[in-house]
Amino acid sequence: MFRLKPFLPIVAAALCVPASLVITGTSRVHAEDVPVIDITAKRFAFSPDKITLKAGQTVKLRLHSEDVTHGFFLRPLKLDEEIPAGQTREVTVTPQAAGTFTTICDHFCGANHGNMNMTIVVE
Amino acid sequence: MKQSDRRSFLKIAGTSLGIGVLYSAYPSALRAGEAGNLFSTLGRDNGEKVTPFSFVQLSDAHVGFNGPPDPLGTKAFERAVDMINALPQRPDLVLFTGDLTHDTEDRDVHAQRMKQFREIFKKMNVPLIKCVPGEHDAGLDSGALYREFFGETHYSFDHRGVHFVALDNVTRAKPEVGVEQLAWLKKDLARFTKTAPIVVFTHRPLFDLRPDWEWFTSDGDDVMNVLSAYDNVTVLYGHIHRDDEHQIGSVHHYASRSLIFAFPDPAGVTGPRKPVPFDKEHPFKNLGIRTVSVNGKSAPGSSSLSIEDVELTAREFRGINGVQQLLRNPLV
Repeated sequence: MFRLKPFLPIVAAALCVPASLVITGTSRVHAEDVPVIDITAKRFAFSPDKITLKAGQTVKLRLHSEDVTHGFFLRPLKLDEEIPAGQTREVTVTPQAAGTFTTICDHFCGANHGNMNMTIVVE
Repeated sequence: MKQSDRRSFLKIAGTSLGIGVLYSAYPSALRAGEAGNLFSTLGRDNGEKVTPFSFVQLSDAHVGFNGPPDPLGTKAFERAVDMINALPQRPDLVLFTGDLTHDTEDRDVHAQRMKQFREIFKKMNVPLIKCVPGEHDAGLDSGALYREFFGETHYSFDHRGVHFVALDNVTRAKPEVGVEQLAWLKKDLARFTKTAPIVVFTHRPLFDLRPDWEWFTSDGDDVMNVLSAYDNVTVLYGHIHRDDEHQIGSVHHYASRSLIFAFPDPAGVTGPRKPVPFDKEHPFKNLGIRTVSVNGKSAPGSSSLSIEDVELTAREFRGINGVQQLLRNPLV
């Protein structure tokens, strides 16, 4: 697990991603300083498979599909993104309440689609 | 006669059997002598009066699935067909609520699975068979192959005074119905009065049952807004591989068990879903038989439906907790 300072871009390359990422620090963020978390979708897993955010802190999730179209859905954080095959999409989120949430791929991507998920922890 | 009084005479009885659900729809006169007028009035209001019939819901056969936890392949599906054929009262129709087959990227293999499903299904001695796709049938190709075998993915038809609507919440790859189908649904239902008995059958639940297990339809609220204009709506669905009953307003939702393996009660599980482990001592456990009684009385013939090597997980429903009335009976 990595624990990173705020305001630094975080790059989780596909082949050397940590099992999980943690964002810590204060909630005072300028737009240009919004931390970025790269998340790669590839059948049938997200990488990293767990990230930790801080309540009230805005982060940008940079979602990339390495193969087919995937979804990125988490109702409590109002996340509902489509990640087209081979493309990248960005979404900004500011979680308000602490909790542990399961994000799913909600774009059917194959036989093991039902098990494609990752965890977002909000502290 | 007041509308509520008229409804009070009509109800759906449910006799459920094996690995699916058998519903019986019949009008019931609570007081002798009034039924004729009642049915005539309803028939005039709704275009056709309800006459006795029964139908079966089956779901989630996943033909072609051969992974854990269930090594039995099509055995439960074939057994269900045998049970339906052994019924003392032949059902008018069978509704299959999705995941007829398990997906594969090999189109020829998937076609073979659909063919195998159809071969087993055709052994049922039932006049009318209607299906909707699940995501494993239609999620990878927007339903193209499914349509070749089974026709359109959404449609409607009338049967003995009940309006059946097949809703597709899988072919857009995401769990959604979509604006075009919603517009079609509104138009389709527009000709019906508020009291018309309507059965919607679809694959995924139309409400947020467990979104982090993909047990939801993202625009299910929009569908429910359309359906809420009608008093007597029942939604039948599959996908979750277990029993579930849910009420939203006057609309009742019922899930059918699977024909391949079961998922656990989501209330007791945090985190990702995992199938109920296969129990080789009880291979059909949780795929088993559900018995529904009518007003506290066992439905005729239901006791004879047991088959020796199917795990009986009988549940009995009574009154308003039973298989929901397509036409509600507020007196029960």
